[in-house]
Amino acid sequence: MEWSDQAAAEEACKGNQYAFRVLVERHSRAVFRLAYRMTGNEHDAEDLVQETFMRAWKQLHKFDGRAAFGSWLYRIAANCSLDLLRSRRSRKEQQPAAGDDQTNPSWLETVASEGPSPERLTQSSEIAALLPAALDELSASERAAFILRHYEGCNIEEIAKALGTGTGAAKHSVFRAVQKIRRSLEPAWGVTR
Amino acid sequence: MKHLSDEQLTMAYYGDEDQQARAHLAECSECRVAFERLQRLLNELADYPAPERAASWEAEVWARLAPKLPARQERGEWFRWWMLAPALAGLLVVAFIGGMLMQRQRDVASGFSMTARQRALLAVMGDHLDRSEIVLAEVVNAAPGAADLDSERARARDLLADNRLIRQAARRDGDFRDAAVLDELERVLMDIAHAPADSSATDVEALQRRIENEGLLFKIRVVRSNIQKKEQNKGQPL
Repeated sequence: MEWSDQAAAEEACKGNQYAFRVLVERHSRAVFRLAYRMTGNEHDAEDLVQETFMRAWKQLHKFDGRAAFGSWLYRIAANCSLDLLRSRRSRKEQQPAAGDDQTNPSWLETVASEGPSPERLTQSSEIAALLPAALDELSASERAAFILRHYEGCNIEEIAKALGTGTGAAKHSVFRAVQKIRRSLEPAWGVTR
Repeated sequence: MKHLSDEQLTMAYYGDEDQQARAHLAECSECRVAFERLQRLLNELADYPAPERAASWEAEVWARLAPKLPARQERGEWFRWWMLAPALAGLLVVAFIGGMLMQRQRDVASGFSMTARQRALLAVMGDHLDRSEIVLAEVVNAAPGAADLDSERARARDLLADNRLIRQAARRDGDFRDAAVLDELERVLMDIAHAPADSSATDVEALQRRIENEGLLFKIRVVRSNIQKKEQNKGQPL
């Protein structure tokens, strides 16, 4: 018999590791995808998969079944990713900014001086190739908001819950993220408003 | 006429715009151009693929995760007195192995019973492997369509706690090969113990395949046979 997520979560909550294994095997790829998009780093994403399921195991008693198990789990994954992004950013702030170093041009300068021409960049694969660097320019909340909205199809309420903010702040985070991405990519794309 | 802000255009892209903004966008060509430009860029970013994972990746995730999962505090109606049985059996083994370990120093001092202690461990391990072998053989020989694993599940639960302690004792004594087999056995016992009450024929077959593919019954028999040899060697008067 195939367990539903709900039934497996209830069993797992009683301590049944076999049931939890079913959930891990069913959802780990999606969690990995989300974690990778949030962090842009394969190894971090692998670690976050472990961290997400560890937290889920400890918090199973809080899963009340009102939302889908997947949504509940992705919220945990988003939170874990946010924690990592925030700690990574705070470490970065303690180090000298790369842009302050004249010998170390920013990624956009590199793109402008050595990269492909605007014509070539109209091809989606090339624009997509610039995305990871553009995402790195976002704050942790902006990145999380954009990933959840643009790739995971979360609505504003779900994003607000994941970020631990109100819906207004979540909406604004999505907007700020889009604005920064446009600023980063449009010059290389050869489009100006 | 007031045009839509960038924030309103972004909201419109994601379908979060209000009615007024939607109406404006339908009428205002300037805002529509701006919207389409934003749309083109964001559409280009529709895919952000993650690196592919191997087919066995989920199993690897579980293998890394399972040993780190802390025991859950089980509460409520699930509690049945018989659930204490494995714990009581475990306590007996703990008492036995604890006693052995405490005895070790005295043994070393007296030069007497290091051998006796090892012989006792071999006896416990031999008995444990016999009981485990029976459970595994019954699972392997069960007819998947008509399999009722209730009895095997209960016995696997009992064996799990003992297995853990014996494996630790074997490792402590430097019997790493035996400990590795006990480690494999533990994972299979855990799967049997936690198999759902209404396991399907497919579930049972998967369990049977796993036991057979890992050659676990054969490995247990090899360890069992080694134990017999060791018992014979240590069977001299102390």
